[in-house]
Amino acid sequence: MANAVVRGLLAVTGLVWALGAQPVAADETFVTPGSNAAGLTSCVEPTDFMRRNHMEIIKHQRNTVVHQGIRDSKHTLAGCIDCHVAPGPDHKPVSVYAEGQFCHRCHAYAAVDVNCFGCHATVPTPATASKAASGEFGPDVAQVSDQGAAAGGNRP
Amino acid sequence: MTQEHDKVDGARRSFIGAAAGLTAATVAPGVILHTVAAAPRAEAVTDKVRWGMLIDTAKCADGCTACVQACDRENGLDLQIKPEGASEQMWDRQRAVWIRKVQVQDNLTGRVTNLPMLCQHCEHPPCVDVCPTGASFKRADGIVMVDRHTCIGCRYCMMACPYKARSFIHQVVAEKLTATPRGKGCVESCNLCVHRRDHGEASTACADACAAAGHHAIVFGDLKDAGSAVSKAMAAAVSRQIREDLDLNTGVRYSSI
Repeated sequence: MANAVVRGLLAVTGLVWALGAQPVAADETFVTPGSNAAGLTSCVEPTDFMRRNHMEIIKHQRNTVVHQGIRDSKHTLAGCIDCHVAPGPDHKPVSVYAEGQFCHRCHAYAAVDVNCFGCHATVPTPATASKAASGEFGPDVAQVSDQGAAAGGNRP
Repeated sequence: MTQEHDKVDGARRSFIGAAAGLTAATVAPGVILHTVAAAPRAEAVTDKVRWGMLIDTAKCADGCTACVQACDRENGLDLQIKPEGASEQMWDRQRAVWIRKVQVQDNLTGRVTNLPMLCQHCEHPPCVDVCPTGASFKRADGIVMVDRHTCIGCRYCMMACPYKARSFIHQVVAEKLTATPRGKGCVESCNLCVHRRDHGEASTACADACAAAGHHAIVFGDLKDAGSAVSKAMAAAVSRQIREDLDLNTGVRYSSI
């Protein structure tokens, strides 16, 4: 009888601990310190949704932008890297593949090999990065109105 | 090749076109009139607009490459690096080029014409006909382009194009621009600065550069708008399509040839 009580108490203690520990895990953040994302409460959608579905929404967006020309979406790959890639120690933009950067770190951990960046720019663009910083997720291209010399996106 | 083969079967084309139109009408019955705005485009492009160009070859200066350089810069083509060990001849043949300056000489008179050659944005594009994956497509506003997400790099479109307008990317692209994603294994060509179109800008990089160089040989605009600069220029001058025998109804036309 005493054993049963002890077992029961242990089980309850374990459950309480597990339940108590859960919110701590959910609140843990993985964004790279120093990135624009680190200063925001959530991504363009709630964090839980983004964790599971970010690939689906940009896959949908890529079709609407290429075939229909709809470019005002907040779901853009350029938006991902503008917001999530933190500048390097010299405050210059770095590649999404640089050490410790959010997107690549998680993809490496999850053993996901994305080929987005075979074609897409790996370095955030200052013009759109500042928009991401102000919380305005707009165009997915660099040169909205600049022409001539300024047109050139992330040109080094 | 016999005479029968050379002749374009217009009835067949119009039948296929009508069938495609019927499908489109069934899929999207409510088409909203779209107006070009300065903000990023929020609604799908429609066929109320057809983008096109008129190039006056008489104004196109000998030796000037302003349009080519502007195109390279706009689309990150100047970031291409010759692969190690590749010969100059191979690199000249293989590097991606969206506009070429072609010189044509009349052997009888000796008259030389400069012809900036780019994707002609045909109404009936052969590259779209042959694409096995649907990657090569014509947007509703007349821009013929490649969806690089679906392109498998088979290069049928390059063989089908009568204008040699398309390029294949042979090497990994180290640096690319946000506005123009480009990478190994895909075919690409002029897309009439589609990112500018979607942000309501008035012109293309090549037309701007040509005007900045003082030549004003390239006029860009909406062919369906009778008031646009390109429509007025076409109404005023004799213009021709290159390979007009193919009945492709090109969006890019040339005058003074």
